[in-house]
Amino acid sequence: MAGNIRATQARQRANFVIFLGPAILLLFLFYVAPVIVNIFIAFTDMGSDLKWTEISTENFERMARKDRILTHTVIPVTFFFVLGTLAVFNVTFGLILALVTTSVQARSGAFFRAIWLLPRMSPSVVYALLWAWVITPTDYGLLNQVANGLFGLPLTDLMGNNPVFLIILVNGFIGASLGMIILTSAIRSIPEHLFHAARVDGAGGWSIVRHITLPAIRWPLSFITVYQTLSLLVSFEYIWLVTDGGPFYDTTVYALYVYKRAFFDGQYGYGAAMALVLVIVGIVVALMLWRFLDMQRLMQEPRIEVN
Amino acid sequence: MARVELNNVRKAWGETVAVDDLTLTIEHGELVSILGPSGCGKSTILLMLAGIYAPTEGELRFDGQVVNEVEAKDRNVGIVFQSYALYPHMSVRQNIMFPMRFKQVPANEASRLVEEAADLVRVGDLLERRPSQLSGGQQQRVALARALVKEPQLLLLDEPLSNLDATLRMTMRSEIKSLQAKLGITTILVTHDQLEATTMADRIVCMKAGRIEQVGTPDDLYSRPSSLFVAGFIGAPPINLLPGKAVDGKLNVNDFSLTCEGAAAGDVTVGIRPERISFAEGGIPGTIDQTEPMGRETLYVVSCPLGSIRVLEAGSKAHRRIGEAVAISFDPSDTLVYDSRTEALLGDVRARAPS
Ligand SMILES: Nc1ncnc2c1ncn2[C@@H]1O[C@H](COP(=O)(O)OP(=O)(O)OP(=O)(O)O)[C@@H](O)[C@H]1O
Ligand SMILES: [Mg+2]
Repeated sequence: MAGNIRATQARQRANFVIFLGPAILLLFLFYVAPVIVNIFIAFTDMGSDLKWTEISTENFERMARKDRILTHTVIPVTFFFVLGTLAVFNVTFGLILALVTTSVQARSGAFFRAIWLLPRMSPSVVYALLWAWVITPTDYGLLNQVANGLFGLPLTDLMGNNPVFLIILVNGFIGASLGMIILTSAIRSIPEHLFHAARVDGAGGWSIVRHITLPAIRWPLSFITVYQTLSLLVSFEYIWLVTDGGPFYDTTVYALYVYKRAFFDGQYGYGAAMALVLVIVGIVVALMLWRFLDMQRLMQEPRIEVN
Repeated sequence: MARVELNNVRKAWGETVAVDDLTLTIEHGELVSILGPSGCGKSTILLMLAGIYAPTEGELRFDGQVVNEVEAKDRNVGIVFQSYALYPHMSVRQNIMFPMRFKQVPANEASRLVEEAADLVRVGDLLERRPSQLSGGQQQRVALARALVKEPQLLLLDEPLSNLDATLRMTMRSEIKSLQAKLGITTILVTHDQLEATTMADRIVCMKAGRIEQVGTPDDLYSRPSSLFVAGFIGAPPINLLPGKAVDGKLNVNDFSLTCEGAAAGDVTVGIRPERISFAEGGIPGTIDQTEPMGRETLYVVSCPLGSIRVLEAGSKAHRRIGEAVAISFDPSDTLVYDSRTEALLGDVRARAPS
C-alpha cells in the first residue's frame, strides 16, 4: 500500500512537470526574465550600444522633473485618450451596439455586428490608410466630402485641430467591437422569460434595459472595463500608424513615447525606466479596479447571472 | 375581471403552426384549464394573451375590446411562468414591487400592496431574500404574488406546479383554487397534468397539436370524451381502448363478440374506464396477468378474449394473484364507442357483453 501511495505521488509530480513545466518555462523566459532585465536596465544609462557606465536613479529623476514633454503633454494626452476611448467607445458604445443588435431581428443584428468587426479583422496598416483618406484636410478627404460637399460645412483638418479626438475615434471604432461581442453573448444568455415577465409587468424598453439587462450583465461589463483600460494603456499601434504621435507630441501616448525614446533615440535606459513605471501603474490600476468592481467574485465563478 | 375571447386565432412561425383556428370564450371570474401534451401550443396561447406574441391571424378580445394591438405592458395581465422568471438580482420585495413601479401609485401605498400580496401567498417573512435563497414552492408563491399585486384583469398560470413535489403540489393546488375564488379573478391555468386540471378548473380545454379537441367541465371530459384523444388523455390509469369491427349489430373485438346497441358499422374502438369494470361471476372469463397496488385501489391487468384489460378495484391489498382465473363485467352505459377512422365519439352507440 505504502509503495502504491509513493508511486502515486511520484506520478503526480511527474504530471505537474509534464503539463505545467513547458508553460512555466516559457512564462519565465519571455515574461519574468525580461521584466527583471528591464528593472535592471531602468537604473542604468544604457544606450543603443548596450553599454552602461553607471547605476543610478537618474532616469526617474529625469521623468519626474526634467522631461516637460512627458509631464505636460504625454501624460495628459494618455489620460484623455484612455478615458475618452473607454467611456465613449469601448464600454458605452460597445454596450449600445450589443443592446441594439440583440433587440433587432437576428439576421440584421448579425449583419451590423459583422460590420463593426470589419476594422478589427482588417490589417492595421490598411485600417490606418483608410483613416488617412478619411481625414485628408483637402476636399478629397472623405470627411470633408461629406461635411463640406453635402452639408456645406467649412473644410476641417481633424489631425491638425482635434488630434486627441481623432485618435479616440481611430481606436474606438476598433475597440467597440470587443465589448460588443462579449456583451452580446452575455445578453443572449439572459433567459428570455425574464424579458417576457418584465414586459407583462409593465416595463417599457428603457426600463427593461435598466432593470433586467444591465444588472444581468454587470460582471461582463466590469470585465470589459478593466481589460480595456489595461490594453488601452499599453497600446499605440494605430496612433503610431495614423498620426505618428503628431502633430508635435499632441497624440503621443505614454506607450508610444516610451517606444520613441527607447528605439528612435536609442535611450534604452530611459525607455526601460518609463516602461517600468507603466507596468507599475498598470498593476495599481488593475488592483484598484479589482477592488472597486469586485473582480474577485467575477473570477471565482461564472458570473452571468441567470437564475 | 375580464371576459376573454379568442376568435379563430392562429399562431405560426414559418412552417411550424403552434395554434390553429382556436375559438374560445372564458367568462368573468372563471378558472379555465388548458390541458394537452407537450408542444400542443398551450404556452403560446398564454403568451398571446399576455401580449408577448402577436397572433398570426384572428382576434383576441378582453371584455369585447380587441386587444391584438395593445402592448404587453398595457394589458394588465398577471402571469406566472413555468420557470417562475423571478428577477435574480432583486430581493423578493423588489420582485413583487417591480410591477408597481410602472403604476401611478404613491410609494407607501405601493409597499402596503406589496406586503399584502406577499402575505396573501404567505411569503411575508421572506421579503428580504433573493430568489436563489428560496425553495421551489416559495419561488412559485413569490411569482404568484408578483402577478397578483397589480390586480390584473386576467391571471395566466403556465404549469405553475410542475416543479413541485407531490405534497406541495396538492397544497398549492387548493391554495391557488381558493385564492382565485376569493379574488374572483379570471384565470387560465395551463397544465399537462390532468389531475391538476380536473381538480382545479371550472372548465377544461383539451388540446392536441394546436387545436381544441374538447371544451367542457371536468366531468364532461371524463364521462363523455368526444374523441379518442381526449378519452386516452383524461383519466388515470388510462381508459381501455379496444379496436374492433362493427358488423350486423355485433362488435367484434379480437376473438370476442360484443353486442352493439345503436347503429355502427366499420372500424370502431370501444373504450371502457378501468374503474367501470368489475369482477363478477358469469362475466367474460380471463386470468390475472399483473397486479399494481395504487394506494387505495389496486390495478389488475386481465388477459381475456377482449385483449389485455385494465381493471381498477377498490382495496389497497392485491388479494387476487397472478394467474388466478377471474371473470369481468361492465355496464353498457359505461362504454364509449368511437369511429376508429374519424376518432369521433359515436354518441348513441353502446357495447354490451353477451350474457
Ligand atoms: N418562438 C418560437 N419559434 C418557433 N416555434 C415555436 C416558438 N415557440 C413555440 N414554438 C413551437 O410551437 C409549438 C407549441 O409550443 P408551446 O410552447 O406553446 O407548447 P406547450 O404546449 O406549451 O408545450 P409544453 O407543455 O412542453 O410547455 C411547439 O411545436 C414549439 O416548437
Ligand atoms: Mg409550455
